[in-house]
Amino acid sequence: MKKFLVLFAALAALWAAPGTPAWAALQVDVTQGVAQPLPIAIPDFLGDPQGANIAGVVRADLERSGLFRPLDPKGFAEHITNINAVPSFGSWRAITAQGLVTGQVTQQPDGRLRVDFRLWDVYGESQMLGLQFFTTPENWRRIAHMVSDAIYERITGEKGYFDTRIVFISESGPATKRVKRLAIMDEDGANPIFLTRGDYMVLTPRFNPTAQMIAYMSYIGNKPRVYLFDIETGKQEMLGNFPNMTFSPRFSPDGNQVALTLETAGNSDIYVMDLRTRAIRRLTTDPAIDTAPSFSPDGRQIVFESDRGGGQQIYVMNVDGSGQRRISFGAGANGTPVWSPRGDLIAFTRRVGNVFSIGVMRPDGSGERLITNAGHDEGPTWAPNGRVLMSGREAPGGRGSSIWSVDVTGRNERRVLTPGSASDPAWSPLIQ
Amino acid sequence: MTSISRTLKFACLSAALILGACTHKQEAVNTVPPPAPPPPVPAAPAPVTSKILPGSAEDFRVNVGDTVHFGYNEYSIQDTDKSVLGRQAAWLAKYPAVRVTVEGHCDERGTREYNLALGARRANAVKEYLVAQGVSTGRVETVSYGKERPICTESNEGCWAQNRRGVTTITGGANS
Repeated sequence: MKKFLVLFAALAALWAAPGTPAWAALQVDVTQGVAQPLPIAIPDFLGDPQGANIAGVVRADLERSGLFRPLDPKGFAEHITNINAVPSFGSWRAITAQGLVTGQVTQQPDGRLRVDFRLWDVYGESQMLGLQFFTTPENWRRIAHMVSDAIYERITGEKGYFDTRIVFISESGPATKRVKRLAIMDEDGANPIFLTRGDYMVLTPRFNPTAQMIAYMSYIGNKPRVYLFDIETGKQEMLGNFPNMTFSPRFSPDGNQVALTLETAGNSDIYVMDLRTRAIRRLTTDPAIDTAPSFSPDGRQIVFESDRGGGQQIYVMNVDGSGQRRISFGAGANGTPVWSPRGDLIAFTRRVGNVFSIGVMRPDGSGERLITNAGHDEGPTWAPNGRVLMSGREAPGGRGSSIWSVDVTGRNERRVLTPGSASDPAWSPLIQ
Repeated sequence: MTSISRTLKFACLSAALILGACTHKQEAVNTVPPPAPPPPVPAAPAPVTSKILPGSAEDFRVNVGDTVHFGYNEYSIQDTDKSVLGRQAAWLAKYPAVRVTVEGHCDERGTREYNLALGARRANAVKEYLVAQGVSTGRVETVSYGKERPICTESNEGCWAQNRRGVTTITGGANS
């Protein structure tokens, strides 16, 4: 196993900032949705050429979040030449910057990159953050995302989500013979890699908690079953040896179990498999469709969908299968529930006729609201901080699909960059 | 600290995994041509007409019928489809070496996982009907494609009705 990525984040009180209040007022509240993104100046970091590249990725990350408005570097009056010097705050205030990020990239004698950066509160005239990272040169994008995460966290008080990856289904060809391939990319769409060749259909990939393993459904040999894909080794393995279809896998929060659906004589029920012993436990037993399980972040409950009440609705049960109760009572059919990593909300797909929307509700079913209305949005996945969702969007008439992200508030809806048509996104946890 | 990586080794993936393709072809198949009128005098060379081999997959598709349809979110066999399933069972009785897989399909009005489950119900309903007609259960497998393999892609009832289907495909033992 290669350990080529070695990162050190030194929480820096590296240099004392000029005598200003310890905690400046520069902050963004992510819970309300932000109509006025925070103006922030991010000059190219010192050090060619990666300094400019890294700053460019940081600007793009923060802009994409909808919470920040990176200012055009053409308007910068002060040319940063020494990141250890205190900036001329007045010149940054003059262009309305509230935050300023300065940084530099240097090559270590051992060949690694060293990236230093500081986040400044322009109005408070104080340093909010100073960090340094070391990495191999080919990992410069990850360092940029980590810088973005650090800035996002310092200003919003929430963990960032830029140093993450998306596993998804890449689609090509006509709807009647669509080719579906397992693919993975960085959260910003960079570095897309196809993991399967498209000679068999794959669906519904999901990450394990360390982002090293993907559970998904594959039609290899025309037998639809749940498989595990080890990203490190490229090995794929059928999970269990079931006589019938297994589908809709989802890892437990500790990564030791996979909840999935097993079909027997046409009836679908939810089971949990222990990955170490491969023992399975059956959680639902009724003759209705029970599928799409998703664990609560404490691992004690599972939300799922069932049509036992006549239509497709969302239910919650304890992880041993006890206490099954319906929580969705809204219009239409409700399915594909996914528990937020924060535990506070469950995202789901609402279908009324042929209109599909993403919604969220509390785990007791209260506070339900829809956050997309584009016509066909299906299958939500949460950013690890529980503030942003992605989902797949179908164009009418089988004309392709795309992935979109939206804040949990319903604002800042954006198309996610993918190589061609794409569906079934799953967001990784923060990469360790 | 492990890395997830730019160095995915996926060359070893799937090379050995061959998809057992048994896709149901929807293109026009060679049908029995209508009886030709008596040719006027010196006939041009007769066009080559393909003969359907009895006991072949084509025989099953064309002369028996491989598809039944379902109501919206339904999986019970409709009365109008019982004759085609009766013919399927009779044909399978005549050709006892043939093995089949019943595909269950759905229209687009359902989430992905739900439709996989619904397609399984439909495939199983066809299988149970065939088994009740005397086909041995070991000859009939099922597979659900959910909404992943539509044959019609418009968003209207005409297309949806075509897509809600069970298709009996021959996977082995047919004449060829």
